[in-house]
Amino acid sequence: MTAAQGDLVLRHPVERFTLDNGLRVVLAPDRSVPVVAVSVFYDVGMRSEPPGRTGFAHLFEHMMFQGSANVPKMEHARLVQAAGGTFNGSTHQDYTNYFQALPAEALERALFLEADRMAAPAITPENLRNQIDVVKEEIRVNVLNRPYGAFPWLQLPPIAFETFANTHDGYGSFVDLESSTVDDAQDFFDRYYAPANAVLCIGGDLDVTETEQLVRRWFDQVPARPAPPMPNTGEPSPTAVRRGVVEDPLAPAPAVAIGWRVPDPVNDLDTYLGTVLLTELLSEGDASRLERRLLHTDQLAVGQSSYLGLFGDPFDVRDATLLVTQVHHPAEVSTDAVLRAVHEEVEKVATDGVPAEELARVTARAEAQLLQQADSVLGRTLGFAAAELVHGRAELAGELAARLAAVTPDQVQTAARGLSPDTAAVLELRAGGAR
Amino acid sequence: MSAPVLVPPLGDPRPMPVPQVHETTMPNGLRLVVVPRPGVPLVELRLRVPFAAATPRTAAVHAARTAVLSGAVLLGTAQHDELQLAQLLQAQGAELSVSADADRLLLATTMLPGGLGEVLGIVAELLGSATYPARQVEAERSRVGERLRIARSQPGLIARTALAERRYGSHPYAQQLPSAELVGAVTPAALRKLHRERVLPAGSTLVLVGDVDPAAAADAVGTALAGWSAEGVAVTAPPAPVTAPGPLELVHRAGAVQSNIRLGGPAPGRTDPQLAAVRLASMVFGGYFSSRLVENLRERRGYTYSPRSSVEHLVAGSSFLVDADVATEVTGPALLETLYELGRMALTPVTEAELESARRYLLGTLALGTATHAGLASTLSALFGSGLSAEWLADHQQALAAVGVDEVTEAARRWLAPTGLTAVVVGDAERITDPLGAVGPVEVRPAPIAPAPQAGE
Repeated sequence: MTAAQGDLVLRHPVERFTLDNGLRVVLAPDRSVPVVAVSVFYDVGMRSEPPGRTGFAHLFEHMMFQGSANVPKMEHARLVQAAGGTFNGSTHQDYTNYFQALPAEALERALFLEADRMAAPAITPENLRNQIDVVKEEIRVNVLNRPYGAFPWLQLPPIAFETFANTHDGYGSFVDLESSTVDDAQDFFDRYYAPANAVLCIGGDLDVTETEQLVRRWFDQVPARPAPPMPNTGEPSPTAVRRGVVEDPLAPAPAVAIGWRVPDPVNDLDTYLGTVLLTELLSEGDASRLERRLLHTDQLAVGQSSYLGLFGDPFDVRDATLLVTQVHHPAEVSTDAVLRAVHEEVEKVATDGVPAEELARVTARAEAQLLQQADSVLGRTLGFAAAELVHGRAELAGELAARLAAVTPDQVQTAARGLSPDTAAVLELRAGGAR
Repeated sequence: MSAPVLVPPLGDPRPMPVPQVHETTMPNGLRLVVVPRPGVPLVELRLRVPFAAATPRTAAVHAARTAVLSGAVLLGTAQHDELQLAQLLQAQGAELSVSADADRLLLATTMLPGGLGEVLGIVAELLGSATYPARQVEAERSRVGERLRIARSQPGLIARTALAERRYGSHPYAQQLPSAELVGAVTPAALRKLHRERVLPAGSTLVLVGDVDPAAAADAVGTALAGWSAEGVAVTAPPAPVTAPGPLELVHRAGAVQSNIRLGGPAPGRTDPQLAAVRLASMVFGGYFSSRLVENLRERRGYTYSPRSSVEHLVAGSSFLVDADVATEVTGPALLETLYELGRMALTPVTEAELESARRYLLGTLALGTATHAGLASTLSALFGSGLSAEWLADHQQALAAVGVDEVTEAARRWLAPTGLTAVVVGDAERITDPLGAVGPVEVRPAPIAPAPQAGE
């Protein structure tokens, strides 16, 4: 261990309160740099979409930037950027978030903007039509016009899972996007964008008492609506191997993704933490097991990575989720050769366990990466917000490094025993690009 | 457009804490820059070694060797093999990334604070006694070759490469990606020679930011790197040429569902008095979401997801760049609107509100970008590597604060005018040659390096 465990708990106190309309508020003051981050997380993501409306959570994220009751189109961006701040939003499996990082003196402006669109975004036919076009270009640039564009995050879930929530295309089909109406958008807003279905998290250079007053000034007036029931995304564990093939006409070389079901990240966090370190042990960096085996010892691959959750953050996702190992390999190497090597490396951990000294190294690296994410006010604030929404405890984000430091070799071995070749989902990408 | 009265006014700006920069030069010529910072318990390390091609004639081979050296330097030292090196770093929370661009080789990592001495020891081994073992180098060479092939299938990279070739001609900066053939021919002996001749302390800069004590850090660096004593002088690139923009070049990519529009031209360097005005002009034009290009192409017309412009600095020449990836069927109109907005920048004044917004945004993001250990370390590494110092940050902020509308117009006229920009479009020539030809002359060339996609098959 290279750092005392006490040092690994981020020294940022967290304050929380709830408004009468149900909005949960988390404040994480840190006065070292005069910047603040403001984030609103809504408990609605790609997994909440109904059949026929694939891609709608993401399309609606775009609509939230189109103006609101007191903010004309384009003005949201202007008001944040003209204050010296940056903004964005993103749609995940289990939530949609909106955030700004700004000079501290712009805090109230950011609160006004978030409250105004929480109350009444400008859902008009023109704005919807325009953003359907923009989203289609986003899909073209990220998926259709690019080699490996959706690999594997859109293509593996249909193989690994059973339910519509988990298997459908979260970017959306063009047919579903094109047929989206203003009524759909209004219904979606009414149902999911209730203050009681959201967490507001503010971090950085702020005074707690003063900030609570500002929050109440702008958010108390957002009308209360009931929060929708939490979608049930869990699924029974797979009992057989599942395989699929995707042809990528643009890709110059093949690739393969393996997805294993992992423990429930929320209700079985202790077991899940073993899986988090197993993922690091397998794939993180030049000393990792798969980097050694696939790239250096056997020379089967040109690149490999493993991660938990399809978006790469192990702590912002609910059940059911996957540990994904992704390997890009030369055409001369067969998919089966890659699979065999990966399964053998996992099997070694399952059978022989993990030397304590190796686990200490892996843990040190994982801690450094968590701390690095927390280095920026925005990164820290998003971490607190996701922990509050998904795990019900913002404090968890500050404790993760210490929690990982306490994971034992036995926990990692147990995690490896869960990654059976007999229940893995395998997606093979065949390259169509000419050599 | 004025904001509605409901919008809360901004408070008074709070001053950014000025970083305390401790700078020393080691006896071997290495510059050491240490910035102690509170916050998360981490240290960021950046070691920048000048690594430009010495001459245009050797640029292609240099690029290929540098691409292999970046990975191969980690494959073993006289003291440790590749796996041991990776494990020693990992135990300190570190993983060394080695990357190269047209100007420099950069060794970068983050680490837990207690690991500084250990990590510096590993860095010293790599600098002084990297072995380039034959079998591992061969494997690294083939991995680099495969990765290049994958990189070359990405349309954005095809476009960037084509623009650089067009703009820089025979200058080394035209070498955006080395050729697979030259990469395949790189030998361990060539890597050892390149390392011996070019990985030199004189001219290099080591930046440490974070949970460090400056005196203790200087001692640790002195102890670890005292033996790095290679003699020689750093090579920087010759001045980049300013080429006259020819006709628009269309790089054919059969079946592409999007077109990648790229425009580029020279821009003032970091010490040029016009830089602040050009950066502000670029922001108003397409530098951020609240810009004319985004409002026009994205929010008004839905042609594209993310159009943008930027000012980028290399040591031997800076650039003004415009990017837009647009649907194939609107390629012609999208180029027309882009040129229209550039012309409008060059010929008519921006509004005071546009200028103020761009100014506050640049100042705010400068503060945000240097508020993290990693952001400050990378910024200082780039500045010191260009022969500047940390004072540049304060000077540039003052320069941004002082620019007026007239200076923005003057700068836009000189640097943003569409007639001064080289243009490249990557897309399906069968569908976009005619519409692009309506805007100006077009030269079509087949995809030079990438496989053509087979749409719909």
